[in-house]
Amino acid sequence: MTGTFTPPTRFAVPGRIAVDNDTATTWQRATLTEIRRETPRAATFRFAVPGWRGHVPGQHVMLRLTAEDGYTAQRHYSIASPPDDVGHIELTLDHVEGGEVSGWFHAVAEPGDQVEVRGPNSGFFAWTGDRPALLVGAGSGVVPLMSMVRHHRARSLSVPLRLLVSARGPEELIYASEYGSETTPVFTRSAPPGVPVGRLSAAQVAALVADAPDGGWEAYVCGSNGFAEHASRLLVEAGQPVDRIRIERFG
Amino acid sequence: MHVTRGFTGRPRVPNSGLPPGQYDAGDDWPVLSAEVTPELAPADWTFTVDGLVAEPRTWSWDEAHALPASAYEGDIHCVTSWSKFGVRFGGVSLDAFLDLVRPAPQATHAVAYSHTGYTANLPLADLTGGRAWIVWEYGDEPLPAEHGGPARLLVPHLYFWKSAKWIAGLRLLDHDEPGFWEQNGYHHRGNPWEEQRYSGD
Ligand SMILES: Cc1cc2nc3c(=O)[nH]c(=O)nc-3n(C[C@H](O)[C@H](O)[C@H](O)COP(=O)(O)OP(=O)(O)OC[C@H]3O[C@@H](n4cnc5c(N)ncnc54)[C@H](O)[C@@H]3O)c2cc1C
Repeated sequence: MTGTFTPPTRFAVPGRIAVDNDTATTWQRATLTEIRRETPRAATFRFAVPGWRGHVPGQHVMLRLTAEDGYTAQRHYSIASPPDDVGHIELTLDHVEGGEVSGWFHAVAEPGDQVEVRGPNSGFFAWTGDRPALLVGAGSGVVPLMSMVRHHRARSLSVPLRLLVSARGPEELIYASEYGSETTPVFTRSAPPGVPVGRLSAAQVAALVADAPDGGWEAYVCGSNGFAEHASRLLVEAGQPVDRIRIERFG
Repeated sequence: MHVTRGFTGRPRVPNSGLPPGQYDAGDDWPVLSAEVTPELAPADWTFTVDGLVAEPRTWSWDEAHALPASAYEGDIHCVTSWSKFGVRFGGVSLDAFLDLVRPAPQATHAVAYSHTGYTANLPLADLTGGRAWIVWEYGDEPLPAEHGGPARLLVPHLYFWKSAKWIAGLRLLDHDEPGFWEQNGYHHRGNPWEEQRYSGD
């Protein structure tokens, strides 16, 4: 039996971006060059990776820390920087209480330290800037979406792009100073005067879905599983086709 | 190996049963899927085995439940690097389905596909001999939708992306055909003990 098998049902999330097997399997040395505080709980870690062959906004890396006795810990982190930042990648990490890897980053890491990364991995959540994109993120889930926003800006792309970003309060909004008219922040616990407090609503999502450009949106949802479930359900209820919703869950 | 300055990591547990590069997620069961969780009722669930088989067949929920019950008790491993110890899934051994459709001698691989269109490829040898199940219970409860309920494939000796959620069927083939994640850079087999994470590992 030859030929490609296609399931009889709608293929929900077709992959579009080929992943380079060499880069996906080779551990590369990354040197920390800068740490920028974003919020009380999140900071951005900038790395020089001299042999970095580039990425597509939305992709992530596998990062590995090694102890003296050879013990290793590896975790996935989304890339926050745009592809045109050649030879560098930026990661933004939440400080997870008791976290092995994020704990090292927030308590120990200093410029000059070296870690290992491999990637970029996973082409399905990637966005090359070719199609209108509706981005919906919460907490550190905004990280891969920010790579898309930065790419859009760096290349002065005209393809429509919108970002809905949810945070507990203004002080927890990662990249707050960088957002422009493409962004609608949603605050779940506390908000600036005049801005409503509450979780991402059906009305907010429906308004953006209804405002779709010709050909419709590609929707990208990223955050905790709870948020991803909530946001993706609202998108479907608002009429966004399920096979044009991509989800990255941080676990 | 490059030692990370000041990184000590968690206390080591000798013979922990963890494959290389994995950590114990404890009571957590992270959800990792790239798509919208479907609302699939048991009454609408079916499971089909076709392709290189003598008698292709589709089972309804009730027909599948009429097969001999079989449980898996043990560990599971996700490529994102968490493992979970001592979990219990209830369902039916895949052997029970395959025995009824009778795979052709030239069948070497299968594509598992879901009711949403997700696909994963597997060597047939990884699906037979009591190593794979169709499961609908986690512990003694119905399998939650976000974990693949009403029913998912379970191939616990491979990374969990092979254990397709919302399983709809298996097509048996005489060749290997990469599924969704395999086309997106992941390893074709995904053996956690050999750390087969990405294509080329
Ligand atoms: C595709 C993908 C992209 C991601 N991108 C990002 C990103 O851009 N930014 C980001 O911040 N995160 C991201 N994550 C999440 C990230 O991979 C890690 O899960 C996160 O940083 C926590 O790792 P950690 O080592 O700090 O915590 P872990 O050590 O893994 O701990 C996580 C939780 O479990 C508890 N725990 C686990 N084991 C034990 C133990 N033995 N004893 C006590 N407590 C324990 C910890 O206390 C903590 O609450 C992403 C995940 C995925 C899958």
